[in-house]
Amino acid sequence: MEVRNLTCINCPMGCALTVEMNGDKVVNISGNTCKRGEVYAQKEVSNPTRIVTSTVRVTGGKSDMVSVKTREDIPKGKIFDCVRALKNVEVQAPIRIGDVIVTNIAGTGIDVVATKNIEIKE
Amino acid sequence: MIYCDIVIIGGGPAGLAAAISAKKNGIDSILILERDKELGGILNQCIHNGFGLHTFKEELTGPEYADRYIEQVKDLGIDYKLNTMVMEISSEKIVTAMNRVEGLFEIQAKAVILAMGCRERPRGALNIPGYRPAGIYSAGTAQRLVNIEGFMPGREIVILGSGDIGLIMARRMTLEGARVKLVAELMPYSGGLKRNIVQCLNDYDIPLKLSHTVVDIKGRERVEGVTIAEVDDKGKPIQGTEEFYSCDTLLLSVGLIPENELSRGMGVDINPVTSGPRVNESLETNIDGVFACGNVLHVHDLVDYVSEEAAAAGKNAADYVKGVILEKDAGQEVILKPDSGVRYTVPEKIRVSHMKENLTVRFRVGSVYKNCYIRVDFDGESVINKRRQIVAPGEMEDIKLTRDQLLQYPDLKTITLRIEEV
Repeated sequence: MEVRNLTCINCPMGCALTVEMNGDKVVNISGNTCKRGEVYAQKEVSNPTRIVTSTVRVTGGKSDMVSVKTREDIPKGKIFDCVRALKNVEVQAPIRIGDVIVTNIAGTGIDVVATKNIEIKE
Repeated sequence: MIYCDIVIIGGGPAGLAAAISAKKNGIDSILILERDKELGGILNQCIHNGFGLHTFKEELTGPEYADRYIEQVKDLGIDYKLNTMVMEISSEKIVTAMNRVEGLFEIQAKAVILAMGCRERPRGALNIPGYRPAGIYSAGTAQRLVNIEGFMPGREIVILGSGDIGLIMARRMTLEGARVKLVAELMPYSGGLKRNIVQCLNDYDIPLKLSHTVVDIKGRERVEGVTIAEVDDKGKPIQGTEEFYSCDTLLLSVGLIPENELSRGMGVDINPVTSGPRVNESLETNIDGVFACGNVLHVHDLVDYVSEEAAAAGKNAADYVKGVILEKDAGQEVILKPDSGVRYTVPEKIRVSHMKENLTVRFRVGSVYKNCYIRVDFDGESVINKRRQIVAPGEMEDIKLTRDQLLQYPDLKTITLRIEEV
């Protein structure tokens, strides 16, 4: 029986999780204080994922940069591909929170969306 | 002179939540004064996610969290002035402010809510020997440069201090192509949240050296490298442990200090432990009708708690303006006393007659304690025992008191909070 100790990252509580594994099979999860901890532990030992946040350049806006995020989490191994794909992206103001900036980023099937409103520069 | 019921100093998360709450509690004449060009405060540069889980039951980025409140402020028709710097507040609650459009102007407020937030501890406060080359930034400055202005401050980075902003920036700079060689922390534990250590350092194999500090900075015009040494239990560098790291940038994430120049100027009592105002159960300072909330009061770990605290301050300020809070009739006063392991409490004093049904007492511990109890004693009698797996200085703790509970102790003078290890 293998035991893996993880720190839950779902919220800043940072619960100390203990995952007991039998080969690839999760036998028991303990230490979590909510359901999300269990889901996280299950996922973290099989397919770890992250929300990726970054910024892209804006033209014609009140700010030069707009903050963005992957709408859902993407596989951990795709983080750098995602950031690289955002490198030369430039968008035109106005931008609203939730506007799609890049569809299907790095082939993950997940869109990158704006997280800030940017108004047009007068 | 402009007249206003409630003037709120600062349009960050605390100021926004206080304004919304005051408005919802029946006050129409509210003015937020913000020195930046937009509302939202530091949340605007905190582009990472993880905000709002307690408040909205979902994970938001900083700008998204701010937007939820900014939209409410706009929908409720609450007045605000941007690019406006408050110069002074008098003890009679006359606020002197200035901006480029109106010049210098004065506002007579019935109540003032202090919501100025905090500032990063600068290099000058650290006594690191060496020259003063370019390439030394506080982590928050670097965050602003990267996320708002779109500049990279450097390529090879060493970070001193493991506060949350430092950890967040370790990841951010790595994603932007920089090499973060090391995070050095003077204390034997990190001052940041656990999940930031996992998400920002472990995910990217960035080493964290606890009980280490920078003992020398090399470079005359630009940083060329830093010397790191291990420190003993008194924080003194241990000879022979020095290690040189070449880098072009040193980021400092060594603590936040509430920004209370305005508060001091008007005569508000400051607690030397928090560097924030001393407040009572209504989050009111020693000056009647002057309230404080958010990071200007004490540095928080989660913005959710800032919003919660600020909403209470906003409601209390509204009650004060409406005359619900009776100024002089204090009645029974209970002092909250931090004892072993507890560094401070907010509030520090409870006037039982002014207490709402429930009161959240927030505090921080001075060290990491595992398997411990948070013990709350009423004049020596043990009343609350909260078992905790772990408490740490980086994470704010709280206990809840109820008015009914306190009314059962009519002679109560002191409530003591302490940590007891099992």
